[in-house]
Amino acid sequence: MSIGISVEHIGADPHGDRGGPAQPLLTVKKLVKHFDLKKSFLETLNGGGKVVRAVDGVDFKVLKGETLGVVGESGCGKSTTARLLMHLIEPSAGEIVFNGETVGSPALPLREYRRQVQMVFQDSYSSLNPRLTIQDSIAFGPQVHGVPKREALTRARDLLARVGLEPSRFAERYPHELSGGQRQRVNIARALASEPRLVILDEAVSALDKSVEAQVLNLLMDLKDEFGLTYIFISHDLHVVRYISDRVMVMYLGKVAETGPAEALFERPLHPYTRALLSSMPSMDPDHRTEEAPLAGDPPNPIDPPPGCRFHTRCPHAEAVCAQQVPSLESENGREAACLIHEPGSGHSDARAAIYAA
Amino acid sequence: MSESHSNPTASPIVSVRDLRVTFTGGKKPVEAVNGVDLSVARGESVALIGESGSGKSVTLRSLLRLHPERRTRIDGRIDIAGHDVLALGSKALADYRGKVASMIFQEPLLALDPVYTVGAQIVESIRRHEAISKEDARKRALELFERVRIPSPERRLDAYPHEMSGGMRQRAMIALALACKPQVLLADEPTTALDATVQIQILLLLRELQRELGLAILFVTHDMGAAVEVADRFAVMYGGRIVEEGPTREVIRNPRHPYTLALMQARADGAMTKGARLASIPGSPPDLANLPVGCAFAERCAYAQPACLQTRPEAVAISPSHQVRCLRTDATVGAMDRNHDTAPDTLSPALAD
Ligand SMILES: Nc1ncnc2c1ncn2[C@@H]1O[C@H](COP(=O)(O)OP(=O)(O)OP(=O)(O)O)[C@@H](O)[C@H]1O
Ligand SMILES: Nc1ncnc2c1ncn2[C@@H]1O[C@H](COP(=O)(O)OP(=O)(O)OP(=O)(O)O)[C@@H](O)[C@H]1O
Ligand code: SF4
Ligand code: SF4
Ligand SMILES: [Mg+2]
Ligand SMILES: [Mg+2]
Repeated sequence: MSIGISVEHIGADPHGDRGGPAQPLLTVKKLVKHFDLKKSFLETLNGGGKVVRAVDGVDFKVLKGETLGVVGESGCGKSTTARLLMHLIEPSAGEIVFNGETVGSPALPLREYRRQVQMVFQDSYSSLNPRLTIQDSIAFGPQVHGVPKREALTRARDLLARVGLEPSRFAERYPHELSGGQRQRVNIARALASEPRLVILDEAVSALDKSVEAQVLNLLMDLKDEFGLTYIFISHDLHVVRYISDRVMVMYLGKVAETGPAEALFERPLHPYTRALLSSMPSMDPDHRTEEAPLAGDPPNPIDPPPGCRFHTRCPHAEAVCAQQVPSLESENGREAACLIHEPGSGHSDARAAIYAA
Repeated sequence: MSESHSNPTASPIVSVRDLRVTFTGGKKPVEAVNGVDLSVARGESVALIGESGSGKSVTLRSLLRLHPERRTRIDGRIDIAGHDVLALGSKALADYRGKVASMIFQEPLLALDPVYTVGAQIVESIRRHEAISKEDARKRALELFERVRIPSPERRLDAYPHEMSGGMRQRAMIALALACKPQVLLADEPTTALDATVQIQILLLLRELQRELGLAILFVTHDMGAAVEVADRFAVMYGGRIVEEGPTREVIRNPRHPYTLALMQARADGAMTKGARLASIPGSPPDLANLPVGCAFAERCAYAQPACLQTRPEAVAISPSHQVRCLRTDATVGAMDRNHDTAPDTLSPALAD
């Protein structure tokens, strides 16, 4: 299958780049999103009211042309982070810098930013208009940005073919006439149709069988090479994240627990949560099934997160100091971990002494 | 685990015969399911795997008659725990759903009503099927929450769905599905939306329920690892039919249908080597509005011969519990081991013509 898409169709504008290859494409600084809960009468009187700390001070960078994998417990704030990056919701605090400019500043107005960043949503249903055929849905974005209708439709059909949905069979169907995996591929085509520079993929391939998944991952890699795309790849499938990512970020309860190059992180996880996550992968061996869950219990409530290290209520290495001191994201050799064990002089008995600490 | 359950002929609680589902609402009728045969024994767990769009969800929804009646034609026979499901009248159908068979959906938010607390929904569901007081129903809801290990269950009964994390919501939905003590649990990708730590907890829970309540479980998944953790048997779907069916161990180690073989190789250790292209099956799945007369996989099959284009293969018994719909099962003996170390871009180079 080699339906070509011309360079004008997809990809980065080579003249739009600023700052050279070493400058991160995206820098996220102290990003916070607190959702207000419905206030009770008493709380309204007191001026208080509780918040869900969905994203609670997150810092990270995405380099040009790389794929950053994002993993973490259900509810830890991955999709919220993605929606903040898309500016679909307003951050409570923090800054997003894209291509050297602050998003929303006069130098980079939202409209201009939105053209360059696209997202595939976790819920394949809610992101497609039920009253549009799928080719019209895919062609919609480019038309908004001024591509003539005929050209937009041609592009839509090309992309459908490339995600493995033969246009003659599928182009004129409505979303409810597709299976879950077929709908998710339509979403991928829709995101790619607008010539983005950065694509955020939130559980984009998890509804696909392994063969179609392979086909879509190959396509994503090809498009990345052809057009210098950058990806943020959110997924629960650790095999896929390891395969596709250059770097991986692990989140826990609204914070970054660990980041590092994919291979190093999977080979030698630093944070105890990352270790628990990796050891929870199913065995694939019918004679040696998992007998006990490596990590018991549920994550704590993001309305009332535990003090100190947020993982201390479930961490096998927790000590008294972990309930008091918030670990900082310490970096060393391109890796970062927010755990007192990796913080020299923290007072945790496994931590190195603070001799070399500045 | 429970090997004693893996004989499908021992009093199947779910028996599906020649199920055909055709959607007639669009321009051309779509034959989403065409001739599915499937049995699940009491206390047995069967994983339904297969190509995206092959008819897994449609099959599952048929067992609860969830398709819009006016735009769907269903033929064949579905017997579940003594009920002739396709013949049920609307009153009997309402009694049957939830009480005999119930379903876990992939997205719990779609199944749970956002405006009622989770506890209220479970109480309501129990009282729809049984003459029982509100207090007793709530007591049972609490037991269910404890059973699925929701922490601080008393408090969580009064929570709204959006106030729970993904994993907790999924457990609440399992509790809701179990509320009326069904004998059959249908689960459509129950753990796809969950991270590995929560996924393994849910899988262990399903296994425990199967063992302790004698529940029959039919679940759809793309995650081979999840299937191996729970299933006694595998059923593999392609183009609206079940093309291979057998005990988990046999299907994983010794798949004999060329489609299953290709699927397993896509997942084998070392198949995801960084930087290398991933192997996928060449070609595309059959057009369900225009199915070929012969084997639906022929166009993409490395083993295809002219005969494959003439007849739809009947099921061939590899062993008493292992069946394959393929004309060339002799050619796939030991194929899993043979192809293990080759990692080409396409799994089985098609040589159909
Ligand atoms: N609109 C909202 N109002 C209140 N709370 C919200 C809202 N949206 C998300 N949350 C909460 O914020 C937290 C983070 O949710 P988010 O969807 O970002 O998690 P996630 O990491 O994407 O999880 P998953 O892996 O299950 O998709 C959760 O506790 C969630 O319940
Ligand atoms: N209402 C409908 N009208 C027409 N075709 C439909 C309808 N619903 C489903 N289909 C088609 O029926 C086929 C089977 O769909 P089904 O949802 O069962 O697939 P699936 O095996 O569950 O796939 P996935 O793994 O992607 O969820 C698909 O090809 C789909 O396009
Ligand atoms: S800081 Fe303490 S509780 Fe937190 S992960 Fe490290 S050892 Fe565990
Ligand atoms: S019947 Fe023929 S075409 Fe079909 S799977 Fe078997 S060998 Fe391949
Ligand atoms: Mg999410
Ligand atoms: Mg499905």
